Amino acid sequence: MRLTLKYFASLREALGSGGLQEWTPDGAPTAAALRAWLCAQSDAHARALAPGRAVRVAVDQALADDATPLHDGAEVAFFPPVTGG
Amino acid sequence: MSRVRIQEADFDVGAELAALQDDRTDVGAVASFVGCVRGHTREDDVSALTLEHYPGMTERAIEAMIAEANSRFGVLDARVVHRVGRLMPGERIVLVAVAASHRRDAFQACEFLMDYLKTQAPFWKKETTPQGERWVDARTADDVALARWGVASGNAGATTPWPGAIAHTDAAADAP
Repeated sequence: MRLTLKYFASLREALGSGGLQEWTPDGAPTAAALRAWLCAQSDAHARALAPGRAVRVAVDQALADDATPLHDGAEVAFFPPVTGG
Repeated sequence: MSRVRIQEADFDVGAELAALQDDRTDVGAVASFVGCVRGHTREDDVSALTLEHYPGMTERAIEAMIAEANSRFGVLDARVVHRVGRLMPGERIVLVAVAASHRRDAFQACEFLMDYLKTQAPFWKKETTPQGERWVDARTADDVALARWGVASGNAGATTPWPGAIAHTDAAADAP
């Protein structure tokens, strides 16, 4: 499937702002599966998205969680906990 | 004028509050909150604060919060203006203003919106200090504040995602 990846704040500084990404999931195409796959793509991804780090995910601009399913054409954003206001 | 705006420019608090009340006679109360940049944290002097956001999602998330506030309280109208970019100590960051028939609804909706915004809207702050730049850490106290309204938030937690995230309503999806 083709995804639009976005990174913000400290993740953007580590990984760039994102872009189009072809992804062929091994199993269920969830947000957690994508994160795990991204961790295997480079040392920078492995550090920034490491399990246990506080990373939030949004799918199609709505807050999501590990189990949220992804679809072809989805916009998937990874970012640290938010600190607005 | 849109009720949710993300902008670099400052805002005129008086004009925003007046706009909530203009041409209507059902408003009995307008409550507002203005957040400002502090020049100090517990540890350091802060010479600037740089705010980043997720364009599109931010507006949708805040519209969804306003819809939730409308369903809980008797909100007649609301404004949320949040600045992004580089801000100096003393500058305004955010305005939340609510118009209602009665003060209790206005006060409560204003605080509810602010608690929601702190943990559910995609903004990030970076401080410039004598030690360099650093991203501000999320505070668990802000999740606790939202929990008072019966909404769970794991924003500041290590791994837990947002169990309390509210679904986007149709109204939010249609927002500009």
